[in-house]
Amino acid sequence: MGSKIPLYDQHTEAGARIVDFGGWDMPLHYGSQKEEHHAVRNNAGVFDVSHMTIIDLSGDCVREFLQYLLANDVAKLKDFGKALYTTMLNPDGGVIDDLIIYFMGNTNYRLIVNAGTREKDLAWIRDQATFFDVAVTERAELAMVAGQGPNARELAAPCIDTEFRDAAVALKRFNGLQAGDVFIARTGYTGEDGWEICMPAVDAASVWKQLLAAGVAPCGLGARDTLRLEAAMNLYGTDMDDTVSPLEAGLAWTIAWEPQERNFIGRAPLEALRNSPDRQRFVGLLLEDKGVLRNHQNVIVEGIGDGEITSGGFSPTIGKSIALARVPAGDYDRAKVGVRGKLLNVRIVETPFVRNGQIRIET
Amino acid sequence: MSDLPGDLLYTEEHEWLRREDDASVTIGITDHAQEAIGDLVYVELPEVGSDIDAAGEMAVVESVKAASDVYAPISGNIVAVNEALADDPEKINSDAYGDGWIVRMQPSETIDEGSMMTPDAYQEFLDTLDH
Repeated sequence: MGSKIPLYDQHTEAGARIVDFGGWDMPLHYGSQKEEHHAVRNNAGVFDVSHMTIIDLSGDCVREFLQYLLANDVAKLKDFGKALYTTMLNPDGGVIDDLIIYFMGNTNYRLIVNAGTREKDLAWIRDQATFFDVAVTERAELAMVAGQGPNARELAAPCIDTEFRDAAVALKRFNGLQAGDVFIARTGYTGEDGWEICMPAVDAASVWKQLLAAGVAPCGLGARDTLRLEAAMNLYGTDMDDTVSPLEAGLAWTIAWEPQERNFIGRAPLEALRNSPDRQRFVGLLLEDKGVLRNHQNVIVEGIGDGEITSGGFSPTIGKSIALARVPAGDYDRAKVGVRGKLLNVRIVETPFVRNGQIRIET
Repeated sequence: MSDLPGDLLYTEEHEWLRREDDASVTIGITDHAQEAIGDLVYVELPEVGSDIDAAGEMAVVESVKAASDVYAPISGNIVAVNEALADDPEKINSDAYGDGWIVRMQPSETIDEGSMMTPDAYQEFLDTLDH
C-alpha cells in the first residue's frame, strides 16, 4: 500500500479502482476510463492530483536562482500568479523533471513537480539553493484538484469564496490567483480549459463533494493519461528522463535561449545539440492500420533508421491509436511500427492531436 | 459484478467455455477479466481454420490501458471468430458471456473438465483473489 492522498476515502466511495502511482494510492478510474475521458472533452471532470509535489521557494536571490536552475526563464513572469512550463536539467542537459512554476511575488515562487521525482527534485533543488540562500519548503499539507473541461470553470466557480469568485472566473489562461489559503490557476494537463486548485488538505473533501454534486465527473489517472496524450503533453519518465535532452523530447519551445549570457544548468550541451544534424525528432504518430500503439514499440523508418514510441495508446476522441515517438533525424512523414511481429503503418502528424475538444489532425 | 452463468465452465485464467450442441466450444473472457482490463478498444482474433494448442496464444484484447493475451483453454481448431468485435470491442465489456464471445473452437481432444471450474468453484476462486 502506498501513501494515502487526502481524498482517498472519497475515491473509494465513488467506486475507484486504486493503483500505486509514484508511491501513492491513486484512482485509476471510477468505472470507465473512456467515459471519464469524454466527460473532460465534452463537459467537465475533476482529477485528484494531490500526489503532485508542491514546493515554495523564497529569498532575495530567488529569481537569480531560478534563472540558473531552470531551462525556461522566470524573467518572463511579471504578474502575480503567472505560470511558466519548464524543464529542470542536469549538467549533461538531461531532464531531471518538468514542472510548472508560478510567480507568487518578487521573492516567492511556487513549483509543482511530479510525484515520482519528489525526492530527487527536492535533493537537487536544495543542493543548488545553498549557493543562493533560497528557502525551499515542501507544501505537503496542501491538496490539489484539477477541474478540466469546457464547462469546468463554470461548474467549479461556486466552490470559490464569493470574495474571490469574479477574479477567479476572470483569470486568463496560464494565470493564477491567491484566494485566502486557496491558490487557483487556469492550467491543466488535458488540453482543455479548467482550473487547478491548491488548498489545505482538510478543505479538499468538501470541494470534491461539491464538484461531484455539480455534475463534474470524477476522473482517474487512466483518463488523465489518454487526455494528455491527445494533447501531446509529455509525461516524465516516459517521454523524457535524465538521459534525454528536451530538444529530443519536443520541448525546445520551453528553452529560453535569450539572453545569451544567462547560464542555466545544462545550457552547454543543449547549445551543442541545438543545430546538430543528428538531433532526433520527437513526433506524433497516427496508426493507419488496426491495432494499438504502445510504449517502447520500435518505429522503423525505411532507409533511415529506427526510433521508439515513448507514449502510445488509443485516442478515445479520434477513435484510432496515436503515439508520441522519438525518431531519427530526416525528412519523412511515414514509418512502420513493429507490433507483435507485424509491421503496421503510421503517419507522422503535427501535434497536438486534440485540443479544446477539437481533433486537430487529419484522420 | 453480475452473477455467473450456470451453464459455463471457467478457468483460472478468467476464461469461460460453453459446449455447443455441435460439440464445438465457445470461449470468452469473464466479467471479472473484462472489468480488470478496462474499456476495450481492440481485439486481435486468430484466423478461422487455424489450430491452437492449449495454453497457446489465442487472441489479444487491448484496452485503453494495456494489451492482454488470451490463451486457449483447450487444444483445437478455430471454427469461428466474433467478427463483430472488430468494430465494437466493447461488446466484451458490456456482455462478456454473450455478445462478447471471442472464438468458437472444435476441440481436438476430450475436454478435461477436472481442470475447469463450475460457476460455484469459480466464484470461490474469485473470492480468494485480492481485488
